[in-house]
Amino acid sequence: MTEKQVVRPYGDTTGDGMVQVSFTLPVPHDKRAEGAAVQLANRMGIDPAMLVHAKPMSDGFTFFVVYGRVNHLVDLAAVRVVERDFPLLSAKEVNALVKQRLRRKLSVVGACIGTDAHTVGIDAILNVKGIAGEKGLEYYRELKVSNLGAQVSVPELVEAARVERADAVLVSQVVTQRDAHLHNTREMSAAFREAMPAGRRPLLIVGGPRFDESMTGELGVDRIFGRGTTPGEVASYLVHALVTSKKAKA
Amino acid sequence: MSERSERSIDGVRARVASSPSVLGGGVVGKLGLDPVLVARARELARRAGRPVVDMARSHTTVSVERAVLRLAGVTGADPDGIPWVNRLVDAVVADVGLGHGVALPVFDALVREQSTDVTLLAQKAAAGSVRFVVPEGKSATAARRAARRAVAAGVRQIDRRRVERDRLVKRFGDPVQRPWIYLIVATGDIYEDIPQAQAAARAGADVIAVIRSTGQSLLDYVPEGATREGFAGTYATQENFRLMRAALDESSRELGRYVRLTNYASGLCMPEMATLAGLERLDMMLNDSMYGILFRDINPVRTFVDQRFSRQVHARAGIIINTGEDNYLTTADAVDEAHTVTVSQLLNEYFAHEAGLADWQLGLGHAFEINPDVPESFRLELAHALLARELFPDAPLKWMPPTKHMTGDVFRGNLLDGFFNLVGTMTGQGILLVGMMTEAVVTPWLSDRDIALQNVRYVLGAAGGLHEDFVPAPGGFIQQRANRVLGEALDLLERIGEQSLLTAIAEGTFGIMKRPADRGKGLSGVAAHEGDYYNPATEILEQSA
Repeated sequence: MTEKQVVRPYGDTTGDGMVQVSFTLPVPHDKRAEGAAVQLANRMGIDPAMLVHAKPMSDGFTFFVVYGRVNHLVDLAAVRVVERDFPLLSAKEVNALVKQRLRRKLSVVGACIGTDAHTVGIDAILNVKGIAGEKGLEYYRELKVSNLGAQVSVPELVEAARVERADAVLVSQVVTQRDAHLHNTREMSAAFREAMPAGRRPLLIVGGPRFDESMTGELGVDRIFGRGTTPGEVASYLVHALVTSKKAKA
Repeated sequence: MSERSERSIDGVRARVASSPSVLGGGVVGKLGLDPVLVARARELARRAGRPVVDMARSHTTVSVERAVLRLAGVTGADPDGIPWVNRLVDAVVADVGLGHGVALPVFDALVREQSTDVTLLAQKAAAGSVRFVVPEGKSATAARRAARRAVAAGVRQIDRRRVERDRLVKRFGDPVQRPWIYLIVATGDIYEDIPQAQAAARAGADVIAVIRSTGQSLLDYVPEGATREGFAGTYATQENFRLMRAALDESSRELGRYVRLTNYASGLCMPEMATLAGLERLDMMLNDSMYGILFRDINPVRTFVDQRFSRQVHARAGIIINTGEDNYLTTADAVDEAHTVTVSQLLNEYFAHEAGLADWQLGLGHAFEINPDVPESFRLELAHALLARELFPDAPLKWMPPTKHMTGDVFRGNLLDGFFNLVGTMTGQGILLVGMMTEAVVTPWLSDRDIALQNVRYVLGAAGGLHEDFVPAPGGFIQQRANRVLGEALDLLERIGEQSLLTAIAEGTFGIMKRPADRGKGLSGVAAHEGDYYNPATEILEQSA
């Protein structure tokens, strides 16, 4: 049987198209508010819409939960995502490849740049502790990791990359107010382009929960990692990009 | 505090989970903790903290000196937004250095200028028309007297605000239940924060915390005026404090319950934040002894000096401090590193008592951060929370919600928050920071807050008296776990005792981060006291203690 190319949401029967949404409208709870919620759901393509819950909140707001059948279809053939284009390696394999092929430790510098003080992301990837039972890059014997922590300025980062002879620079960005994550990333990649010639530039990697993984070109970085990325994936990518596929610097 | 007893159904005075009962054999409370070990832990914390206190007593910082000037009445900022206290301290430091303190040089200059307006002097100093010297002999005596008089007026203002709080609490009343419900507001715009805070109070919040803009902790000055832009939070300024306190006074009147206001005395301006909080009648301040060092890479010496002064101010102002032990658990494993929370609580308690804070002012922190996939994670949480409760029976512990294992699965998040609330009420926590199911997804929406408060209300309503029935089995899982964590805390304190707290911090004992004493931000603003160092604020605050 060939895989279906066009799908709809699944409630409890194939093709039923059932979805659940919740939202708030800035109106006091009454009949009209409920009608407004149904109208919104209809416009979202939910028809028929079942208003299952409406609750007044604060002054003049109502919270709604709506279930219903959505009339949109999803064409899987038209979905564009960044698929992992490198093999996933174990820590042992990463260490072995770096040791045999690079014949020195692979240097990684990580930081949260700008005013972003959320080190959870970079720490999850770099700290020995790691995340979800997977050890961070510090645990890899053949990786030399320097974690600069939070609120590092771009010049500081460039300087640290130079001092550490970084093969790769990892930047984490969590705060997204006014697109701070995008501005900071562009500033960072521009600074590296300015400071180092193309062949000597470290691999630039950014990560954070709100990045679009397909924006590498626009942001001037080599790779973007989104939410749920594990240290193993990052390590595997480093080996892929720096050791097995191409441009390892001797 | 007996708010709890009002919840008991049959009118019988409920035993607060915190009140220890002697069960015989020298064993106290619900966990069978050995009082000898508990006393030993406190003694070790004192031993580890003592050298740090000695260091704090013999050093000053630019922020301590700026706080002195704020108490002496310096207000406002230059056209670039740099506060006059910064300009004045910088001018004094340029002429005579920091080690004498700024009180004598500044008030000597005032006496010479035959003026009493310190702000005007700051403006002149910034323009370069005042030279500062360290006065000697009679000039020193005159400067000292003038400085003490000016700073005493500031301290009296803090005293008046404390009396005012006591009066309002008496008039409007405290929340009927414990824990107090603590809710965060953070839009970046104080004028958006105000209606949100008032709505939150109406929906049941007893304490409103206005989260600061990301990065403010690393500013070496306090911004001025009402602010409408911030990153993931609202700038802490004196004017923002005043506006929000006034708004919550209105809410208190409306709701017949005193709604408390919280902000942050942390980062590079801790002493000034504490001072402004005292002047504007804030009720609680986040004020951890080591947070800035570990998580903001602020120099350890700077932090400990600033922290001691800020705690002296909090003690005087009747402010409840909240400590930040939750942060250890977000960077390290909440099971393996549970004892670092206990150690930090003991250190925070020692530093707080030393600075004059009473037990009722110690909102010692901890958090529900164990990976929910760990078997028996809920029982482990109960053991840890109860351990804190029994170690600090008279402190209004601050219980903080899961953040690390909130994944974006809001349904599971809401369930976790429910279990978090349940631990809070079963172990008699004093302050409950309301968890949001959208943690790690968005800054809380109106509906997120409503759902979160509904969660809290359900748990407190359905199980508010459960702590009376909840007595862990003697020798059972919870007792064993709590005793083990206490044992590990003792081991760690023993190790710190041999090598000093500053070394322990340098070596990464807390929260994995390594922070040497000669590194970190703000080090250039630290100086050892000269022989003639004078700080009228410290003098007044220590007399009262």
